[in-house]
Amino acid sequence: MTKSIRVKIVLLITVLTILLLSGCSTIPKQTADTQPPLRQFDEVVQIEDGAKGEVQVSDPLEGFNRGVYRFNYYFDKFIFLPIVNVYTFIMPDYAEDRVSNFIDNIYEFTNFTNNLLQLKFKETGITLARFAINTTVGVAGLWDPATSMNIRRQPEDFGQTLGHYGVGNGPYLVLPVLGPSNLRDTTGLVADMVAFNYAYSQVENGWMEDNDIKLIFSAVTAVDKRKRQPFRYHGTGSPFEYDLVRTLYTSMRQVQVEH
Amino acid sequence: MRKIFLLVLTFLVTCSLVGPAVAKKPYFFPYVNPYEATVMEVPAVYEAKLPEKVPTKVFRIHPFPERKTPDVFWYDQGLECSLVYQKDEAPLIFIIAGTGARYNSPKMIHMQKAFYQAGYHVISISSPTYSSFVINASKSMLPGYLYDDAEDLYRAMGLALDKVKSKIKVTDFYLTGYSLGGIQSAYVSLLDETEKKFNFKRVLLVNPPASLYNSVSRLDKLLDGNIPGGIKNLNVWYQDLLKSFSSLYAEMGYFDLSGDFIYKAYKRRPPREDFLASLVGLSFALSSADMMFTADVMRGGGYITQKNVKMNNSTSLTPYMMVGIRTGFTDYFHEYFYPYFHAKDPDLTEQQLIDQLSLNHIEKYLRSSKKIGLLHNQDDIIMEPGEVDYLHGVFGDRAQIYPTGGHCGNMNHPDVVRFMVNFFDGQEG
Repeated sequence: MTKSIRVKIVLLITVLTILLLSGCSTIPKQTADTQPPLRQFDEVVQIEDGAKGEVQVSDPLEGFNRGVYRFNYYFDKFIFLPIVNVYTFIMPDYAEDRVSNFIDNIYEFTNFTNNLLQLKFKETGITLARFAINTTVGVAGLWDPATSMNIRRQPEDFGQTLGHYGVGNGPYLVLPVLGPSNLRDTTGLVADMVAFNYAYSQVENGWMEDNDIKLIFSAVTAVDKRKRQPFRYHGTGSPFEYDLVRTLYTSMRQVQVEH
Repeated sequence: MRKIFLLVLTFLVTCSLVGPAVAKKPYFFPYVNPYEATVMEVPAVYEAKLPEKVPTKVFRIHPFPERKTPDVFWYDQGLECSLVYQKDEAPLIFIIAGTGARYNSPKMIHMQKAFYQAGYHVISISSPTYSSFVINASKSMLPGYLYDDAEDLYRAMGLALDKVKSKIKVTDFYLTGYSLGGIQSAYVSLLDETEKKFNFKRVLLVNPPASLYNSVSRLDKLLDGNIPGGIKNLNVWYQDLLKSFSSLYAEMGYFDLSGDFIYKAYKRRPPREDFLASLVGLSFALSSADMMFTADVMRGGGYITQKNVKMNNSTSLTPYMMVGIRTGFTDYFHEYFYPYFHAKDPDLTEQQLIDQLSLNHIEKYLRSSKKIGLLHNQDDIIMEPGEVDYLHGVFGDRAQIYPTGGHCGNMNHPDVVRFMVNFFDGQEG
């Protein structure tokens, strides 16, 4: 196992430990003068026993998650987005698109392994065909001629694979920098990362052997990913944005797992 | 030779004169059902061609600098507005967003681009029902009373202009707004007649409600009336919604939210009207939940949040959100809004307050002021039967009514964009 993966995993474990140990209260602080509102939850909201409300997601670490959400807001604002802005300022749009395609093509590896693990042979074949076409005709993946031929990407990750075999979400998690996730998907993320690094370390004379290049690749991948994600923390202006994001993330993953 | 040349020239001139009139196609909108028109994105061919990027400056204003922002709104640092600017001297148009919408919502961005392309500076103001507006710019912190909303907007517009004055050269001022922002534009224009800060040359109301109470009643019913078993089954309905997305994904083999994708999916399997209606209802319910929660917290609680309770950035707001979604605009009116005004004026009845929240209330001004125009759709779902015709009567030849488009569904349609721009340029549609 290379050093950088080890560092990443140690970081994740540390974060998870803090998450589990944290006991932030999520109930509003009451005082002696606190009076109940006119419209009370128990009277207004009627949900059958055992059922979940439309925006209720298992979130035992909510207090801490909201804290990480806040951290991400500041991290985005003062570090991540300024870097993304420098990147988009320096790079011509055309070059940015080539970088995005290149990265997507490399990560077809994750789609390939997870389609295979879910025994989706047609999708596995499509992924393989895409990789072959884009690597050759698309000049090392800089272009994406496969999509123009209607051979569409078949995105799958290990979180989805776990879900496919019946693993539940587990508690909702907001990961530092990476954002919304849950225990299952975080596990998936680590597994995909390990598999990816292992596979590329096996490629003979692999360009990933060079640590500098690997570092640059990781950094550019992170910046490119953030660039393509239009979401801005507290960009909706809704006081319930945390709840909305949590619901939409969970719903989106549910739909993805079903495919 | 000379003769032939003249003949050709005459022919060309005739063509260019007749050409546009012949080429002008009648208005066509791909969705005939008003709910489809309101909800669904249209394919790119039915959208006006607008510049991809426009020079934009985002800035914040603080109309009440001494006001302390509660901890639960820790991320709010003032009311954001935007300026889209021309290099040279140009007219400036203010645009006011619809219910719950911010200065950079998709509809606002479209309008910014359309007016930029037509040569205007554009200042965009979030709706007075938008959470950050309630926190920073609303004097009463109780949005919905049109006279107060107009004063708040007028103050915010003035401060926004002060912020950018040094950057741009302005000839004249114009004003527009869509939906709730449309009816508010009328009241802002009325206020400007006495305040005279801007002396608006022209004002366009886009899809405004005729009566706020009538329109919000209709919106409340869209959610409650179209979910099987009513709003208490919202969670069940939401799971069904996910299932239909999921099967759509399976059927199409891929999924995105572009207009072209949605239109393709629609052609295959048009969604049911009750489903679309409940989507519109849900979207408004989410906006109203934001607005009510914010107003309630700012005013010390008691409606959907407890009185004298402390919330911070780790407080779970989920229960309040669920109560908020289940609290209609009409509940807010009867239980929270009217009591506030009734306390100030014990003689005021609910009906009197309802009557005040309308365009009918300022009909005399709307009839006499030739600078105000109306853009509406005959099938707008927020209007009671007869209300569009009533407004048509009030505005007369200053009204442009399209047969289809639902509620603001056709705002990006090339014909509609052309009408808007021409209206401000002083030409007829």
